[in-house]
Amino acid sequence: MQYFSMQNLGIIFRRELKSYFATPLAYVFIVIFLIANGIFTFDLGGLYARGQADLMPFFSFHPWLYLFMVPAIAMALWADERKTGTIELLLTLPVKLSDAVFGKFLAAWTLTGIALLLTFPIWITVNYLGDPDNGVIVASYLGSWFMAGAYLAVGSCMSACTRNSVIAFIMTVSICFLFVIMGSPILLNAFPDWLPQAIVDTFAALGFLTHFDSIAKGVLDIRDLLYFSVFMAAWLLASGIVIEIKKAN
Amino acid sequence: MIKIRNLTRNFDQVVAVDDLSFEVREGEVLGFLGPNGAGKSTTMKIITGFLSPSAGSVAIDGYDIVSQPLRAKALIGYLPEGAPCYGDMTTLEFLRFIARIRGFRGAEAEQRIADVMRDVALESVALQTIETLSKGFKRRVGLAQAILHDPKVLILDEPTDGLDPNQKNQVRELIRNLAKDKIVVVSTHILEEVTAVCTRAIIIDEGRIVADGTPAELEARSRYHHAVDLRLAGELDLAAELNGVDDVAGVEQDRSDSASFTILSGGKPIFARISELAQQRQWPVDEFHVRRGQLEDVFRTVTAGAGGR
Repeated sequence: MQYFSMQNLGIIFRRELKSYFATPLAYVFIVIFLIANGIFTFDLGGLYARGQADLMPFFSFHPWLYLFMVPAIAMALWADERKTGTIELLLTLPVKLSDAVFGKFLAAWTLTGIALLLTFPIWITVNYLGDPDNGVIVASYLGSWFMAGAYLAVGSCMSACTRNSVIAFIMTVSICFLFVIMGSPILLNAFPDWLPQAIVDTFAALGFLTHFDSIAKGVLDIRDLLYFSVFMAAWLLASGIVIEIKKAN
Repeated sequence: MIKIRNLTRNFDQVVAVDDLSFEVREGEVLGFLGPNGAGKSTTMKIITGFLSPSAGSVAIDGYDIVSQPLRAKALIGYLPEGAPCYGDMTTLEFLRFIARIRGFRGAEAEQRIADVMRDVALESVALQTIETLSKGFKRRVGLAQAILHDPKVLILDEPTDGLDPNQKNQVRELIRNLAKDKIVVVSTHILEEVTAVCTRAIIIDEGRIVADGTPAELEARSRYHHAVDLRLAGELDLAAELNGVDDVAGVEQDRSDSASFTILSGGKPIFARISELAQQRQWPVDEFHVRRGQLEDVFRTVTAGAGGR
Protein backbone atom coordinates (compact mmCIF):
# COMPACT_ATOMS: atom_id res chain seq x y z
CA MET A 1 0.00 0.00 0.00
CA GLN A 2 1.29 3.36 -1.01
CA TYR A 3 -0.91 5.34 1.32
CA PHE A 4 -0.53 5.29 5.07
CA SER A 5 -3.22 7.04 6.91
CA MET A 6 -0.91 8.62 9.50
CA GLN A 7 1.10 10.12 6.67
CA ASN A 8 -1.91 11.74 5.08
CA LEU A 9 -3.06 13.05 8.43
CA GLY A 10 0.36 14.63 8.87
CA ILE A 11 0.33 16.14 5.38
CA ILE A 12 -3.09 17.72 5.92
CA PHE A 13 -2.05 18.89 9.39
CA ARG A 14 1.01 20.67 8.03
CA ARG A 15 -0.88 22.28 5.17
CA GLU A 16 -3.53 23.62 7.53
CA LEU A 17 -1.07 24.91 10.10
CA LYS A 18 0.96 26.62 7.40
CA SER A 19 -2.12 28.28 5.99
CA TYR A 20 -2.89 29.83 9.41
CA PHE A 21 0.47 31.52 9.26
CA ALA A 22 0.18 32.38 5.55
CA THR A 23 -2.66 34.76 6.44
CA PRO A 24 -2.74 37.29 9.29
CA LEU A 25 -5.17 35.03 11.19
CA ALA A 26 -2.60 33.25 13.34
CA TYR A 27 -0.79 36.46 14.26
CA VAL A 28 -3.95 38.40 15.03
CA PHE A 29 -5.22 35.52 17.14
CA ILE A 30 -2.00 35.18 19.10
CA VAL A 31 -1.59 38.90 19.73
CA ILE A 32 -5.17 39.40 20.91
CA PHE A 33 -4.98 36.23 22.98
CA LEU A 34 -1.87 37.49 24.74
CA ILE A 35 -3.25 40.99 25.35
CA ALA A 36 -6.53 39.60 26.69
CA ASN A 37 -4.67 37.21 28.95
CA GLY A 38 -2.59 40.05 30.29
CA ILE A 39 -5.63 42.19 31.07
CA PHE A 40 -7.52 39.31 32.66
CA THR A 41 -4.63 38.12 34.75
CA PHE A 42 -3.13 41.37 36.02
CA ASP A 43 -6.08 43.78 35.98
CA LEU A 44 -9.22 41.76 36.59
CA GLY A 45 -7.55 38.79 38.22
CA GLY A 46 -5.41 40.89 40.52
CA LEU A 47 -2.38 38.66 40.28
CA TYR A 48 -0.23 41.08 42.29
CA ALA A 49 -2.86 41.95 44.87
CA ARG A 50 -3.43 38.32 45.77
CA GLY A 51 0.10 38.07 47.02
CA GLN A 52 0.28 34.41 46.06
CA ALA A 53 2.77 32.90 43.68
CA ASP A 54 0.43 30.88 41.49
CA LEU A 55 -1.37 31.30 38.19
CA MET A 56 -4.93 30.72 39.32
CA PRO A 57 -6.20 34.14 38.15
CA PHE A 58 -4.60 33.43 34.78
CA PHE A 59 -6.22 30.04 34.26
CA SER A 60 -9.63 30.75 35.79
CA PHE A 61 -10.42 33.25 33.02
CA HIS A 62 -9.63 30.80 30.26
CA PRO A 63 -13.13 29.26 29.94
CA TRP A 64 -14.49 32.75 29.23
CA LEU A 65 -11.61 33.85 27.05
CA TYR A 66 -11.84 30.70 24.94
CA LEU A 67 -15.55 31.22 24.54
CA PHE A 68 -14.90 33.98 22.00
CA MET A 69 -11.36 33.34 20.84
CA VAL A 70 -11.42 29.65 19.97
CA PRO A 71 -14.60 29.65 17.82
CA ALA A 72 -12.91 32.33 15.72
CA ILE A 73 -10.26 29.82 14.66
CA ALA A 74 -12.66 26.94 14.28
CA MET A 75 -15.34 28.73 12.27
CA ALA A 76 -13.54 28.47 8.94
CA LEU A 77 -12.35 24.87 9.33
CA TRP A 78 -14.97 23.35 7.06
CA ALA A 79 -17.21 26.29 6.15
CA ASP A 80 -14.49 27.79 3.95
CA GLU A 81 -13.71 24.46 2.30
CA ARG A 82 -17.35 24.25 1.35
CA LYS A 83 -17.60 27.87 0.27
CA THR A 84 -14.58 27.75 -2.04
CA GLY A 85 -15.30 24.23 -3.25
CA THR A 86 -11.94 22.87 -2.10
CA ILE A 87 -13.83 20.28 -0.04
CA GLU A 88 -14.49 18.52 -3.34
CA LEU A 89 -10.80 18.55 -4.14
CA LEU A 90 -9.77 17.37 -0.68
CA LEU A 91 -12.26 14.54 -0.42
CA THR A 92 -11.59 13.17 -3.91
CA LEU A 93 -7.90 12.83 -3.09
CA PRO A 94 -7.00 9.39 -1.74
CA VAL A 95 -7.43 10.42 1.89
CA LYS A 96 -9.82 9.16 4.51
CA LEU A 97 -12.39 11.59 5.83
CA SER A 98 -11.12 10.88 9.35
CA ASP A 99 -7.61 12.00 8.31
CA ALA A 100 -9.02 15.25 7.02
CA VAL A 101 -11.15 15.87 10.12
CA PHE A 102 -8.33 15.07 12.59
CA GLY A 103 -5.62 16.75 10.54
CA LYS A 104 -7.54 20.02 10.39
CA PHE A 105 -8.52 19.80 14.04
CA LEU A 106 -4.96 19.10 15.15
CA ALA A 107 -3.68 22.08 13.19
CA ALA A 108 -6.14 24.41 14.91
CA TRP A 109 -5.40 22.79 18.27
CA THR A 110 -1.70 23.29 17.71
CA LEU A 111 -2.31 26.97 17.01
CA THR A 112 -4.09 27.38 20.36
CA GLY A 113 -1.20 25.45 21.94
CA ILE A 114 1.32 27.88 20.44
CA ALA A 115 -0.71 30.86 21.68
CA LEU A 116 -0.89 29.28 25.13
CA LEU A 117 2.86 28.64 25.23
CA LEU A 118 3.51 32.26 24.31
CA THR A 119 1.94 33.34 27.59
CA PHE A 120 5.20 32.22 29.23
CA PRO A 121 6.10 35.78 30.37
CA ILE A 122 3.30 35.47 32.92
CA TRP A 123 4.88 32.27 34.15
CA ILE A 124 8.26 34.00 34.34
CA THR A 125 6.64 36.82 36.33
CA VAL A 126 5.34 34.55 39.08
CA ASN A 127 8.64 32.72 39.20
CA TYR A 128 10.45 36.05 39.56
CA LEU A 129 8.11 37.27 42.28
CA GLY A 130 7.83 34.10 44.28
CA ASP A 131 8.32 30.40 44.37
CA PRO A 132 5.34 28.72 42.66
CA ASP A 133 4.82 24.99 42.22
CA ASN A 134 5.84 24.68 38.58
CA GLY A 135 4.52 21.12 38.34
CA VAL A 136 1.07 22.46 39.12
CA ILE A 137 1.47 25.17 36.51
CA VAL A 138 2.47 22.68 33.81
CA ALA A 139 -0.54 20.54 34.71
CA SER A 140 -2.82 23.57 34.50
CA TYR A 141 -1.41 24.50 31.12
CA LEU A 142 -2.10 20.99 29.88
CA GLY A 143 -5.63 21.08 31.26
CA SER A 144 -6.29 24.45 29.68
CA TRP A 145 -5.04 23.21 26.33
CA PHE A 146 -7.36 20.21 26.52
CA MET A 147 -10.27 22.50 27.28
CA ALA A 148 -9.37 24.62 24.23
CA GLY A 149 -9.53 21.39 22.21
CA ALA A 150 -13.05 20.80 23.45
CA TYR A 151 -14.14 24.24 22.21
CA LEU A 152 -12.43 23.57 18.88
CA ALA A 153 -14.15 20.22 18.42
CA VAL A 154 -17.54 21.89 18.84
CA GLY A 155 -16.36 24.53 16.37
CA SER A 156 -15.30 21.89 13.86
CA CYS A 157 -18.74 20.34 13.93
CA MET A 158 -20.56 23.67 13.65
CA SER A 159 -18.28 24.69 10.80
CA ALA A 160 -19.21 21.48 9.01
CA CYS A 161 -22.89 22.37 9.34
CA THR A 162 -22.79 25.55 7.26
CA ARG A 163 -20.89 27.25 4.48
CA ASN A 164 -21.22 30.54 6.34
CA SER A 165 -18.42 30.89 8.86
CA VAL A 166 -20.15 33.68 10.79
CA ILE A 167 -23.08 31.37 11.50
CA ALA A 168 -20.59 28.69 12.51
CA PHE A 169 -19.01 31.17 14.93
CA ILE A 170 -22.30 32.13 16.57
CA MET A 171 -23.43 28.51 16.87
CA THR A 172 -20.12 27.49 18.41
CA VAL A 173 -20.18 30.31 20.94
CA SER A 174 -23.76 29.42 21.91
CA ILE A 175 -23.11 25.72 22.38
CA CYS A 176 -19.85 26.28 24.23
CA PHE A 177 -21.56 28.83 26.45
CA LEU A 178 -24.10 26.16 27.38
CA PHE A 179 -21.34 23.76 28.33
CA VAL A 180 -19.53 26.43 30.32
CA ILE A 181 -22.53 27.39 32.43
CA MET A 182 -23.69 23.77 32.85
CA GLY A 183 -21.28 23.33 35.70
CA SER A 184 -21.61 26.81 37.13
CA PRO A 185 -23.75 27.86 40.09
CA ILE A 186 -25.66 30.26 37.83
CA LEU A 187 -27.45 27.36 36.22
CA LEU A 188 -27.29 24.80 39.01
CA ASN A 189 -29.03 27.15 41.47
CA ALA A 190 -31.81 27.62 38.98
CA PHE A 191 -32.82 23.96 39.21
CA PRO A 192 -35.93 23.35 41.33
CA ASP A 193 -35.31 21.75 44.72
CA TRP A 194 -37.45 18.69 44.11
CA LEU A 195 -35.15 17.50 41.28
CA PRO A 196 -33.13 14.44 42.40
CA GLN A 197 -29.56 15.33 43.26
CA ALA A 198 -28.31 12.64 40.86
CA ILE A 199 -29.73 14.48 37.87
CA VAL A 200 -28.29 17.80 38.95
CA ASP A 201 -24.91 16.13 39.52
CA THR A 202 -24.93 14.43 36.12
CA PHE A 203 -25.77 17.72 34.51
CA ALA A 204 -23.02 19.51 36.36
CA ALA A 205 -20.57 16.74 35.49
CA LEU A 206 -21.05 17.50 31.79
CA GLY A 207 -20.03 21.14 32.15
CA PHE A 208 -16.62 22.56 31.34
CA LEU A 209 -16.27 24.45 34.63
CA THR A 210 -16.73 21.37 36.79
CA HIS A 211 -13.71 19.86 35.14
CA PHE A 212 -11.67 22.96 34.67
CA ASP A 213 -12.01 24.50 38.13
CA SER A 214 -9.88 21.87 39.76
CA ILE A 215 -7.41 22.09 36.86
CA ALA A 216 -7.13 25.85 37.37
CA LYS A 217 -6.45 25.25 41.06
CA GLY A 218 -3.65 22.91 40.07
CA VAL A 219 -5.31 19.54 40.58
CA LEU A 220 -4.90 17.61 37.36
CA ASP A 221 -7.19 14.63 37.65
CA ILE A 222 -6.85 12.10 34.83
CA ARG A 223 -10.66 11.89 34.76
CA ASP A 224 -10.89 15.56 33.82
CA LEU A 225 -8.51 15.05 30.92
CA LEU A 226 -10.47 11.96 29.96
CA TYR A 227 -13.67 14.01 29.99
CA PHE A 228 -12.21 16.56 27.58
CA SER A 229 -10.74 13.80 25.38
CA VAL A 230 -14.04 11.96 25.07
CA PHE A 231 -15.80 15.27 24.50
CA MET A 232 -13.42 16.08 21.61
CA ALA A 233 -13.71 12.61 20.09
CA ALA A 234 -17.50 12.78 20.18
CA TRP A 235 -17.69 16.18 18.48
CA LEU A 236 -15.11 15.22 15.87
CA LEU A 237 -17.05 12.08 15.09
CA ALA A 238 -20.12 14.27 14.73
CA SER A 239 -18.13 16.54 12.38
CA GLY A 240 -17.35 13.58 10.14
CA ILE A 241 -20.97 12.50 10.05
CA VAL A 242 -22.20 16.02 9.30
CA ILE A 243 -19.66 16.45 6.47
CA GLU A 244 -20.74 13.15 4.98
CA ILE A 245 -24.42 14.12 5.12
CA LYS A 246 -24.01 17.72 3.95
CA LYS A 247 -21.69 16.99 1.01
CA ALA A 248 -24.57 16.97 -1.41
CA ASN A 249 -25.62 20.59 -0.80
CA MET B 1 -11.92 0.87 -17.44
CA ILE B 2 -14.78 2.75 -15.82
CA LYS B 3 -17.87 0.63 -15.33
CA ILE B 4 -21.04 2.37 -14.33
CA ARG B 5 -24.02 0.21 -13.48
CA ASN B 6 -27.55 1.45 -12.87
CA LEU B 7 -26.29 4.58 -11.18
CA THR B 8 -29.00 6.58 -9.44
CA ARG B 9 -28.79 9.59 -7.18
CA ASN B 10 -31.67 11.37 -5.53
CA PHE B 11 -31.60 14.76 -3.83
CA ASP B 12 -34.61 14.85 -1.56
CA GLN B 13 -37.44 14.34 -4.05
CA VAL B 14 -35.47 15.16 -7.18
CA VAL B 15 -33.83 12.42 -9.24
CA ALA B 16 -30.56 13.93 -10.48
CA VAL B 17 -29.12 10.77 -12.00
CA ASP B 18 -31.56 8.14 -13.14
CA ASP B 19 -30.41 4.55 -13.69
CA LEU B 20 -27.32 5.46 -15.71
CA SER B 21 -25.20 2.64 -17.15
CA PHE B 22 -22.17 2.91 -19.41
CA GLU B 23 -18.55 1.90 -19.74
CA VAL B 24 -15.50 3.87 -20.79
CA ARG B 25 -12.38 2.13 -22.06
CA GLU B 26 -8.71 3.04 -22.26
CA GLY B 27 -7.95 5.47 -25.06
CA GLU B 28 -11.42 6.92 -25.11
CA VAL B 29 -12.05 10.62 -24.63
CA LEU B 30 -15.64 10.80 -23.59
CA GLY B 31 -17.50 14.06 -23.94
CA PHE B 32 -20.22 14.32 -21.38
CA LEU B 33 -22.93 16.65 -22.62
CA GLY B 34 -26.24 17.88 -21.43
CA PRO B 35 -28.22 20.99 -20.56
CA ASN B 36 -27.59 22.67 -17.21
CA GLY B 37 -29.01 20.55 -14.43
CA ALA B 38 -29.01 17.38 -16.52
CA GLY B 39 -26.90 15.53 -13.96
CA LYS B 40 -23.43 15.85 -15.54
CA SER B 41 -21.68 17.24 -12.49
CA THR B 42 -23.52 14.92 -10.12
CA THR B 43 -22.44 11.91 -12.15
CA MET B 44 -18.83 13.11 -12.12
CA LYS B 45 -18.97 13.72 -8.39
CA ILE B 46 -20.14 10.15 -7.88
CA ILE B 47 -17.49 8.68 -10.21
CA THR B 48 -14.76 10.52 -8.28
CA GLY B 49 -16.12 9.40 -4.92
CA PHE B 50 -17.22 12.78 -3.61
CA LEU B 51 -20.90 11.90 -3.50
CA SER B 52 -22.21 8.45 -2.81
CA PRO B 53 -24.78 6.94 -5.14
CA SER B 54 -28.35 6.30 -3.96
CA ALA B 55 -28.25 3.08 -5.96
CA GLY B 56 -26.00 1.38 -8.50
CA SER B 57 -22.23 1.16 -8.65
CA VAL B 58 -19.10 2.72 -10.12
CA ALA B 59 -15.94 0.66 -10.60
CA ILE B 60 -12.58 2.14 -11.62
CA ASP B 61 -10.37 -0.66 -12.98
CA GLY B 62 -12.34 -3.09 -10.87
CA TYR B 63 -12.15 -1.06 -7.65
CA ASP B 64 -15.55 -0.06 -6.39
CA ILE B 65 -15.64 3.62 -5.50
CA VAL B 66 -17.80 2.99 -2.44
CA SER B 67 -16.18 -0.11 -0.94
CA GLN B 68 -12.55 0.59 -1.98
CA PRO B 69 -12.48 4.37 -2.25
CA LEU B 70 -8.77 4.92 -1.62
CA ARG B 71 -7.62 2.50 -4.30
CA ALA B 72 -10.13 3.87 -6.79
CA LYS B 73 -9.33 7.50 -5.98
CA ALA B 74 -5.60 6.83 -6.41
CA LEU B 75 -6.29 6.03 -10.08
CA ILE B 76 -8.29 9.18 -10.73
CA GLY B 77 -7.26 12.73 -11.48
CA TYR B 78 -10.14 15.14 -11.05
CA LEU B 79 -10.69 18.75 -11.96
CA PRO B 80 -13.86 19.82 -10.13
CA GLU B 81 -16.13 22.46 -11.62
CA GLY B 82 -14.59 25.90 -11.19
CA ALA B 83 -11.16 24.39 -10.45
CA PRO B 84 -11.11 25.03 -6.69
CA CYS B 85 -7.63 25.34 -5.15
CA TYR B 86 -6.32 26.54 -1.78
CA GLY B 87 -6.00 30.24 -2.52
CA ASP B 88 -3.59 31.10 0.27
CA MET B 89 -0.91 28.73 -1.05
CA THR B 90 1.53 29.44 -3.84
CA THR B 91 1.29 27.30 -6.96
CA LEU B 92 4.41 25.41 -5.95
CA GLU B 93 3.28 24.82 -2.35
CA PHE B 94 -0.09 23.61 -3.55
CA LEU B 95 1.41 21.17 -6.05
CA ARG B 96 3.83 19.92 -3.38
CA PHE B 97 0.88 19.28 -1.09
CA ILE B 98 -0.88 17.32 -3.84
CA ALA B 99 2.31 15.39 -4.67
CA ARG B 100 2.76 14.35 -1.04
CA ILE B 101 -0.86 13.29 -0.69
CA ARG B 102 -0.44 11.27 -3.89
CA GLY B 103 2.47 9.45 -2.26
CA PHE B 104 5.46 11.08 -3.96
CA ARG B 105 8.52 12.10 -1.98
CA GLY B 106 11.78 13.96 -2.49
CA ALA B 107 13.35 14.12 -5.94
CA GLU B 108 10.53 12.20 -7.60
CA ALA B 109 7.96 14.67 -6.28
CA GLU B 110 10.02 17.66 -7.44
CA GLN B 111 10.52 16.09 -10.87
CA ARG B 112 6.79 15.47 -11.30
CA ILE B 113 5.95 18.99 -10.19
CA ALA B 114 8.51 20.44 -12.62
CA ASP B 115 7.14 18.30 -15.47
CA VAL B 116 3.54 19.18 -14.86
CA MET B 117 4.30 22.89 -14.48
CA ARG B 118 6.02 22.79 -17.85
CA ASP B 119 3.14 20.86 -19.44
CA VAL B 120 0.55 23.45 -18.47
CA ALA B 121 2.93 26.45 -18.54
CA LEU B 122 2.84 27.45 -14.88
CA GLU B 123 6.53 28.13 -14.30
CA SER B 124 6.05 31.89 -14.38
CA VAL B 125 3.58 31.84 -11.47
CA ALA B 126 5.21 29.12 -9.36
CA LEU B 127 5.80 31.45 -6.42
CA GLN B 128 2.59 33.46 -6.64
CA THR B 129 -0.30 32.74 -4.31
CA ILE B 130 -3.13 31.11 -6.18
CA GLU B 131 -5.77 33.67 -5.19
CA THR B 132 -3.82 36.37 -7.03
CA LEU B 133 -3.78 34.42 -10.31
CA SER B 134 -5.99 35.07 -13.34
CA LYS B 135 -8.80 32.70 -14.18
CA GLY B 136 -6.78 30.98 -16.89
CA PHE B 137 -3.85 30.32 -14.58
CA LYS B 138 -6.14 29.08 -11.81
CA ARG B 139 -7.72 26.63 -14.23
CA ARG B 140 -4.27 25.42 -15.23
CA VAL B 141 -3.28 24.95 -11.58
CA GLY B 142 -6.40 22.81 -11.24
CA LEU B 143 -5.39 20.81 -14.31
CA ALA B 144 -1.85 20.44 -13.01
CA GLN B 145 -3.02 18.89 -9.73
CA ALA B 146 -5.28 16.54 -11.67
CA ILE B 147 -2.54 15.16 -13.94
CA LEU B 148 0.38 15.29 -11.50
CA HIS B 149 0.29 11.58 -10.65
CA ASP B 150 -0.21 10.58 -14.29
CA PRO B 151 -3.62 9.12 -13.50
CA LYS B 152 -5.19 6.36 -15.51
CA VAL B 153 -8.55 8.07 -15.36
CA LEU B 154 -8.95 11.79 -15.86
CA ILE B 155 -12.26 13.44 -15.01
CA LEU B 156 -12.55 17.07 -16.06
CA ASP B 157 -15.65 19.08 -15.22
CA GLU B 158 -15.88 21.96 -17.70
CA PRO B 159 -12.12 22.36 -18.10
CA THR B 160 -12.31 25.26 -20.56
CA ASP B 161 -15.15 27.20 -18.97
CA GLY B 162 -14.26 30.87 -18.74
CA LEU B 163 -11.04 30.66 -20.71
CA ASP B 164 -10.21 32.81 -23.72
CA PRO B 165 -9.97 31.14 -27.16
CA ASN B 166 -6.19 30.71 -26.99
CA GLN B 167 -6.33 29.15 -23.57
CA LYS B 168 -9.15 26.89 -24.69
CA ASN B 169 -7.00 25.66 -27.52
CA GLN B 170 -4.09 24.98 -25.18
CA VAL B 171 -6.27 22.97 -22.84
CA ARG B 172 -7.75 20.96 -25.71
CA GLU B 173 -4.28 20.27 -27.05
CA LEU B 174 -3.26 19.10 -23.60
CA ILE B 175 -6.25 16.77 -23.33
CA ARG B 176 -5.50 15.29 -26.74
CA ASN B 177 -1.89 14.65 -25.72
CA LEU B 178 -2.89 13.10 -22.43
CA ALA B 179 -5.52 10.88 -23.90
CA LYS B 180 -3.37 8.21 -25.50
CA ASP B 181 -3.52 5.36 -23.03
CA LYS B 182 -5.92 6.89 -20.58
CA ILE B 183 -9.57 7.32 -19.98
CA VAL B 184 -10.65 10.92 -20.17
CA VAL B 185 -14.13 12.10 -19.31
CA VAL B 186 -14.80 15.76 -20.12
CA SER B 187 -18.03 17.50 -19.34
CA THR B 188 -18.77 20.57 -21.37
CA HIS B 189 -21.57 22.51 -22.89
CA ILE B 190 -19.40 23.78 -25.70
CA LEU B 191 -20.30 21.46 -28.55
CA GLU B 192 -17.38 22.35 -30.82
CA GLU B 193 -15.15 21.04 -28.06
CA VAL B 194 -16.63 17.59 -28.43
CA THR B 195 -15.89 17.52 -32.12
CA ALA B 196 -12.40 18.86 -31.41
CA VAL B 197 -11.21 16.47 -28.70
CA CYS B 198 -13.65 13.63 -28.03
CA THR B 199 -13.75 10.16 -29.54
CA ARG B 200 -17.16 9.56 -28.07
CA ALA B 201 -20.00 11.65 -26.76
CA ILE B 202 -22.80 10.91 -24.36
CA ILE B 203 -25.67 13.34 -24.10
CA ILE B 204 -27.67 13.13 -20.90
CA ASP B 205 -30.89 14.84 -20.02
CA GLU B 206 -32.80 14.62 -16.76
CA GLY B 207 -30.27 12.10 -15.50
CA ARG B 208 -30.66 9.70 -18.42
CA ILE B 209 -28.58 8.92 -21.50
CA VAL B 210 -30.37 10.24 -24.57
CA ALA B 211 -27.57 9.75 -27.10
CA ASP B 212 -24.29 7.83 -27.15
CA GLY B 213 -21.86 7.54 -30.05
CA THR B 214 -18.86 9.02 -31.82
CA PRO B 215 -19.25 12.71 -32.66
CA ALA B 216 -19.63 11.72 -36.35
CA GLU B 217 -22.37 9.23 -35.52
CA LEU B 218 -24.22 11.82 -33.51
CA GLU B 219 -23.87 14.40 -36.26
CA ALA B 220 -25.39 11.90 -38.66
CA ARG B 221 -28.50 11.89 -36.53
CA SER B 222 -29.06 15.53 -37.32
CA ARG B 223 -31.96 16.23 -39.66
CA TYR B 224 -29.60 18.52 -41.53
CA HIS B 225 -27.04 15.79 -42.15
CA HIS B 226 -26.25 15.69 -45.91
CA ALA B 227 -28.62 18.58 -46.43
CA VAL B 228 -27.90 20.99 -49.27
CA ASP B 229 -28.13 24.76 -48.88
CA LEU B 230 -28.80 26.86 -51.92
CA ARG B 231 -29.59 30.43 -52.69
CA LEU B 232 -31.62 31.29 -55.73
CA ALA B 233 -30.96 34.26 -57.96
CA GLY B 234 -34.46 34.20 -59.46
CA GLU B 235 -37.94 32.74 -59.17
CA LEU B 236 -38.27 28.98 -58.91
CA ASP B 237 -40.79 26.65 -57.32
CA LEU B 238 -38.24 24.44 -55.63
CA ALA B 239 -40.74 22.18 -53.90
CA ALA B 240 -42.37 21.31 -57.22
CA GLU B 241 -39.00 20.80 -58.91
CA LEU B 242 -37.92 18.36 -56.22
CA ASN B 243 -41.15 16.44 -56.12
CA GLY B 244 -40.42 12.77 -56.59
CA VAL B 245 -36.65 13.05 -56.44
CA ASP B 246 -35.13 10.08 -54.56
CA ASP B 247 -33.81 10.59 -51.02
CA VAL B 248 -35.05 14.15 -50.72
CA ALA B 249 -37.04 14.53 -47.52
CA GLY B 250 -38.23 18.07 -47.97
CA VAL B 251 -37.40 21.72 -48.47
CA GLU B 252 -37.16 24.48 -45.89
CA GLN B 253 -37.11 28.17 -46.63
CA ASP B 254 -34.78 30.35 -44.61
CA ARG B 255 -36.63 32.57 -42.20
CA SER B 256 -34.48 35.63 -42.66
CA ASP B 257 -33.67 35.27 -46.36
CA SER B 258 -36.57 34.19 -48.60
CA ALA B 259 -34.19 33.32 -51.47
CA SER B 260 -32.31 30.74 -49.37
CA PHE B 261 -33.47 27.17 -49.06
CA THR B 262 -32.31 24.00 -47.39
CA ILE B 263 -32.99 20.69 -49.07
CA LEU B 264 -33.22 17.94 -46.48
CA SER B 265 -31.84 14.50 -47.17
CA GLY B 266 -33.62 11.28 -46.30
CA GLY B 267 -30.33 9.93 -44.95
CA LYS B 268 -28.10 9.54 -48.01
CA PRO B 269 -25.85 12.06 -49.72
CA ILE B 270 -27.92 14.05 -52.21
CA PHE B 271 -25.48 16.72 -53.26
CA ALA B 272 -24.51 15.06 -56.55
CA ARG B 273 -28.09 14.48 -57.61
CA ILE B 274 -29.22 18.00 -56.77
CA SER B 275 -26.23 19.45 -58.54
CA GLU B 276 -27.03 17.42 -61.64
CA LEU B 277 -30.65 18.47 -61.50
CA ALA B 278 -29.76 22.12 -61.17
CA GLN B 279 -27.60 21.98 -64.28
CA GLN B 280 -30.09 20.02 -66.35
CA ARG B 281 -32.98 22.29 -65.53
CA GLN B 282 -30.93 25.48 -65.46
CA TRP B 283 -31.95 26.60 -61.96
CA PRO B 284 -30.96 30.21 -61.24
CA VAL B 285 -28.57 29.25 -58.43
CA ASP B 286 -26.43 31.81 -56.65
CA GLU B 287 -24.84 29.74 -53.88
CA PHE B 288 -24.74 26.04 -53.44
CA HIS B 289 -23.12 23.92 -50.75
CA VAL B 290 -23.54 20.78 -48.73
CA ARG B 291 -24.09 20.88 -45.02
CA ARG B 292 -22.73 18.60 -42.33
CA GLY B 293 -24.96 17.60 -39.48
CA GLN B 294 -24.39 19.82 -36.49
CA LEU B 295 -24.06 18.36 -33.03
CA GLU B 296 -26.06 21.34 -31.90
CA ASP B 297 -29.12 20.18 -33.86
CA VAL B 298 -28.87 16.72 -32.35
CA PHE B 299 -28.35 18.18 -28.91
CA ARG B 300 -31.46 20.31 -29.25
CA THR B 301 -33.53 17.45 -30.62
CA VAL B 302 -32.62 14.87 -27.99
CA THR B 303 -32.82 17.21 -25.02
CA ALA B 304 -36.04 18.91 -26.07
CA GLY B 305 -38.08 16.51 -23.95
CA ALA B 306 -38.10 18.69 -20.87
CA GLY B 307 -39.37 21.61 -22.94
CA GLY B 308 -38.73 25.32 -22.44
CA ARG B 309 -34.95 24.94 -22.33
